[in-house]
Amino acid sequence: MAERCAIVGIGQTHHTARRDDVSIAGLLREAALRALDDAGLDWPDVDAVVIGKAPDMFEGVMMPELYLADALGAVGKPMLRVHTAGSVGGSTAIVAASLIQAGIHERVLTVAFEKQSESNAMWALTVKTPLQAAVVAGAGGYFAPLVRGYMQRSGAPEDTGIRVAVKDRANALKNPYAHIRDPNLTFDAIAGSPMLWDPIRFHETCPSSDGACAMVLTSERAIPRPKLAPAWVHSMAMRSEPTQFAGQEKINPVSGQMCAKEVYSKAGITDPRREIDAAEIYVPFSWFEPMWMENLGFAEVGQGWKMTYEGATALDGDLPVNCSGGVLSSNPIGASGMLRFAEAAMQVRGQAGEHQVDGAKIALGHAYGGGSQFFSMWIVGSARP
Amino acid sequence: MREVAIVSFAQAPNARRELRNEVEILMPVVQEAVARSGIERPFDFTCSGSSDFLQGQPFAFVMALDAAGAWPPIPESHVEMDGAWALYEAWVKIQTGQAETALVYAFGKSSPGDLPEVLATQLDPYVLAPLWPDAVSLAALQARAYLEKSGHSERDLAEVAARSRRSAKSNPNATVSGDYEVEKLLATPHIADPLRVHDCAPVCDGAVAMVLVAGDRARKVCERPAWIRGIDHRIEPHSLGARDLTVSVSTRLAAEKAGVGRGAVDVAELHAPFTHQELILRDALGLGANVKVNPSGGALCANPMMAAGLARIGEAASRIWDGSARRAVAHATSGPCLQQNLVCVLEGA
Repeated sequence: MAERCAIVGIGQTHHTARRDDVSIAGLLREAALRALDDAGLDWPDVDAVVIGKAPDMFEGVMMPELYLADALGAVGKPMLRVHTAGSVGGSTAIVAASLIQAGIHERVLTVAFEKQSESNAMWALTVKTPLQAAVVAGAGGYFAPLVRGYMQRSGAPEDTGIRVAVKDRANALKNPYAHIRDPNLTFDAIAGSPMLWDPIRFHETCPSSDGACAMVLTSERAIPRPKLAPAWVHSMAMRSEPTQFAGQEKINPVSGQMCAKEVYSKAGITDPRREIDAAEIYVPFSWFEPMWMENLGFAEVGQGWKMTYEGATALDGDLPVNCSGGVLSSNPIGASGMLRFAEAAMQVRGQAGEHQVDGAKIALGHAYGGGSQFFSMWIVGSARP
Repeated sequence: MREVAIVSFAQAPNARRELRNEVEILMPVVQEAVARSGIERPFDFTCSGSSDFLQGQPFAFVMALDAAGAWPPIPESHVEMDGAWALYEAWVKIQTGQAETALVYAFGKSSPGDLPEVLATQLDPYVLAPLWPDAVSLAALQARAYLEKSGHSERDLAEVAARSRRSAKSNPNATVSGDYEVEKLLATPHIADPLRVHDCAPVCDGAVAMVLVAGDRARKVCERPAWIRGIDHRIEPHSLGARDLTVSVSTRLAAEKAGVGRGAVDVAELHAPFTHQELILRDALGLGANVKVNPSGGALCANPMMAAGLARIGEAASRIWDGSARRAVAHATSGPCLQQNLVCVLEGA
């Protein structure tokens, strides 16, 4: 039987386009110190450090964990560096939690980050290499045809994506750490914003952010005298599928469906829509909310858009999604997945402030990456599993 | 801790310049490791190690997943580290009880770039990388400090190289092997004083794969499983000025935690890309003169970046399987001048 894992400290930076006032290490320390402070712990209390980020080319530092060892208090300790594309923030938390569940460590600090202002992230994602088909379209160019495919299959109204953006941008106003906090982003403002990758408009896409997120995870016996009760890991799951495979279902990926099934079943959840109180889902382009609602089993295939349309995913809906403003409002890529995991934990700890869902007890954190092929998820709860 | 064993290992030929791409190098290696394991796909967990900076594009591991096989979708993870740390993550996953079998692989193709310069991008981006010190020059600083402090000579380093290359004659996947006279090696010019060509690992392209299995299932598929009896890894300060380069504190600590000293060691496979680092690592691990070090020739004879550490574990496991060792120690390193180190103890019974 695996050890129980508790989330006892959570911290994040104020996400923004450029953090010229801090180094890469300074950015991570800001999130890590907030997490340690939240946990009531100090650097020497930490047994091991697990860090995650998306491609090293975003900052131009190869395997930056080596340079970050000192700043993250890892000297003399085990340090791991995870990289699983966009899902990395989630997978990093899962690797850290596994160290607790395996009984190897008592207190693990996990940090994920991206300092995207160090390069041009959009183009770094799809560089042209010899002997391969050129994509060179950035993530938006890659995902737009999938959104168009979803619209055709589901018959969803054209303004579904705009409605998701209106909701997430309004939620972000309640999150002091969000990057895009603009009260002028009304339905008309979003609808009138430039079309970047048809059908994805400028205000339906995520920003490029500098930011970091950190969590302190402990075993049950090592829970520090808490300022706040911990969140508990109820279940975790990861699934990957190939990049180039003719039988692939890109719009409703099998890997995502399998991952969701596993994470629910391990947590004893049979009716996710009813049992889950809040969800933080990786939605980099607005239309991915309805797409993931179906992939995650919250709605029947072809019906996900109705949840958005009917307000089910709003802060006061029956399944509030991305109360923090989500990836649409803050996107330090390597940290975006961990922010979803951390925000889910914040909900069940009741520490989400203005964007708190009343009485949330069970929450889902979700991240995906690559060409909709890497998934990581966890279910966290206020009750000890 | 749950009993976990390595039951199969395969590696690419470690050519100086592969014409195949990463996926093409990796695919037959994975297939060989899987076939030898006696375990049917799907594995409960898959984990890999690689670096985007070697491939020159983001998501080096993404295409590699196609080579490993991921349909139907698999539970899978990746570390941007040497594959030895991927093995560690897989071992952890098995310890949680959520997996009984795991496929681990790593790959790196260094030939398209200038490896010592590529590795300069690992350094502190604010105060060290802008000076662009290449990896061989940094190792030379360490070697000079070590020689002056230890009383060892450049001849001692050449003897490490000659012995490694002699051992590699029995390793069909070695990049460099053969009989070399120490006098002749010493007659060659320095490339970064006090290091000569033979003191530095050759640059090569390669891939490694292996299969881990827990408990009784390992006994069923493998006549003499190589049991992981201890595994630990530690990191040191990054700045070369903030640590004593003549010792390896993190290796010593990892060795203590992994329990190297709990029994006699027959064979040690050390990930020492430079001759002087083998001597530093022997000290840190407390290996006596009777321990056979790097019977494969070690990283000095085949050093596929991101895979050479995992290859050390595979070579050590091979010595358990062929009965030449009852207890073996494998070591992997990462970062400039042995900054981060992993130690793994394998036993045949």
